[in-house]
Amino acid sequence: MTSTGPNPIRVLIAKPGLDGHDVGAKLVCRALMDAGMEVLYTGLRQSPEDIARVARDEDVDVVGLSILSGAHLPLTRKVKQALHAEQVDDALLIVGGNVPKGDCERLQEAGADLALPTGTTMDEVVEAVRREVKR
Amino acid sequence: MKEKPPVVWESGIEIDAVYGPKEVERSGGSDGIGRPGEYPYTRGIHPGMYRTRPWTMRQYSGFGTAAETHERFLYLIKHGQTGLNVAFDLPTQCGLDSDDPMAEGEVGRVGMAVDTLSDMEEAFADIDLNAITVSLTINGAAAPIMAMYFAMARKRGYDIATLRGTAQNDILKEFIGRGTWIFPVEDSIRLVGDTIEFCAHEVPKYSAVSVCGYHIRESGANAAQEMAYGLAIAKAYIDHTLARGLDIDDFARGLSFNFDIFGNLWEQVAKFRAGRRLWAKILREQYGAKNPKSMQLRMIAGGGGKGLTVQQPLNNIVRGAYYALASALSGTQTMALCSYDEAYTIPSEEAARISLRTMQILMDEIGLCDTVDPLAGSYFVESTTNAMEEKIVEIMDDLDAQGGIVQGVSSGIVQAEVNRQAYLQEQRVQAGEIPKIGVNRFVEEEEEREVEFHPYSEQEAVKQIARLDAVRARRDGPQVETLLAEVRAAASEKRNVMPAILDAVEAYATVGEVCGVLKEVYGTYREPVRF
Repeated sequence: MTSTGPNPIRVLIAKPGLDGHDVGAKLVCRALMDAGMEVLYTGLRQSPEDIARVARDEDVDVVGLSILSGAHLPLTRKVKQALHAEQVDDALLIVGGNVPKGDCERLQEAGADLALPTGTTMDEVVEAVRREVKR
Repeated sequence: MKEKPPVVWESGIEIDAVYGPKEVERSGGSDGIGRPGEYPYTRGIHPGMYRTRPWTMRQYSGFGTAAETHERFLYLIKHGQTGLNVAFDLPTQCGLDSDDPMAEGEVGRVGMAVDTLSDMEEAFADIDLNAITVSLTINGAAAPIMAMYFAMARKRGYDIATLRGTAQNDILKEFIGRGTWIFPVEDSIRLVGDTIEFCAHEVPKYSAVSVCGYHIRESGANAAQEMAYGLAIAKAYIDHTLARGLDIDDFARGLSFNFDIFGNLWEQVAKFRAGRRLWAKILREQYGAKNPKSMQLRMIAGGGGKGLTVQQPLNNIVRGAYYALASALSGTQTMALCSYDEAYTIPSEEAARISLRTMQILMDEIGLCDTVDPLAGSYFVESTTNAMEEKIVEIMDDLDAQGGIVQGVSSGIVQAEVNRQAYLQEQRVQAGEIPKIGVNRFVEEEEEREVEFHPYSEQEAVKQIARLDAVRARRDGPQVETLLAEVRAAASEKRNVMPAILDAVEAYATVGEVCGVLKEVYGTYREPVRF
């Protein structure tokens, strides 16, 4: 974990489900760290409940899910439910990975505050987190 | 006049404007390249290469249930594919049954769902396993899946002593990239050792492992690192297996390789020629191999996903053709291409067929099989092959000085290095320093296009779970329990688990049950997260 300046944005990057592609998740971690945020990374194969628990314990501002298997809709729904069950209702839920543009709206219906489709650059991710986290 | 910036490959090799005899001499000369089919195999592992043995075309495919995958297999074979490369879904790859809570939403999604031998039987029904060689892309759960494949072949009357094929079964690279590990590092290596030993005795024509530089490069490594880490991993499996008392020539021929192609064409050519030569030297000089087959680096080298772009996706067809060209110019044994839509979905039938046609055009239309290793003797190619070999050796020595690949993977330093490279590369792509057409050059405002996505239906999962329930109901439950207890005993007594696993899956034990008892003994891997 790195931090610069007082009261940095705290982000949890999580890999729900079974998908083992973590290049993108780790790139986003580094980009957010470089932008001065505090970043936690869960590692692979986390259950929605595990993710929600870490989000609660670490009091994060943002939960970012990285999903490349195509299972982004059911997994987002489940993580949203788990977050709610842990009463983590104020953290932003952002979903990225292999997400077709056409699914972004459906992801928001599934509980994501923001969906970042395939092709989103690291700068755009950083910018989106800064914009969306109101503090 | 303004000085042009130097030309430097991704691997850090600086390229001269012109190459001649002097440059070849300075890089180490070309006397050592040998003849095709002769040590050290710089020019290829067979004397006649594609004149006598055209490369195998083997697209990665599989999705849904065994029945659906079987249909896609038949489609590909009908269109001239000469091998099969099986994609398994994530629950199967992670050793979970389709009804496991963690499998929800993933059953049959990125590959074929396999729970029991019954799925394997259906997937390969009526396919001649002698005419079509099958490659199983399975790693963490390789032991039960390989056992199911052997059991299926045996049930259909094949003698497994002559059965050919390949399992990916390279767990060390799964810890670096791709991520379908299950057990801790040491136990995972022992399991790979069990399959190598079992195949050496019972299935000697079968390649028990396909060591993958591919995914390591996809995860961020450069071309020289890809080869260096790949060879280091192969050496780790060899060292482990030798410690069991096997002779190097008993099993080394069962190790094959899987490498990645994208980016600079000449860098890939140098990587393959240098890697092949270095592997031969390592086997003969370090391990004392006597059988030429042990020294020959056999590979599948295909177009990598990382080169493809979601922007202007039809450009990926062109990229794929150049990657295939690089592969053919580098003496590959087997080729597979990522299809043009693979940056965002499982390939459509059309996209898979275009990849296949790309390879067929190369083979039949433009003369790539006319002669062996047409690039040999080029001042440029021989000089860069030498430079690349030096680079690979340097990285391998470095790795050894840091404690070797197994320790590096266990502690996470290898992953951190690959990840660091990925970040640097991504920054360079975004800054336009690494040119990528459609991404940082010649960018077009793209209309929201109609793309054909691979359909996924939860119904497939429901069907698969029903199938699994039916098998469980029909099999001899107490017998399965007894055979699983035998797997558990073999694992805890550190005996080779493969014979027990083969018996268990023959009685229709599931992937999840076999991996479950192994987890009881080995535990599960805990990922070291370091940046």
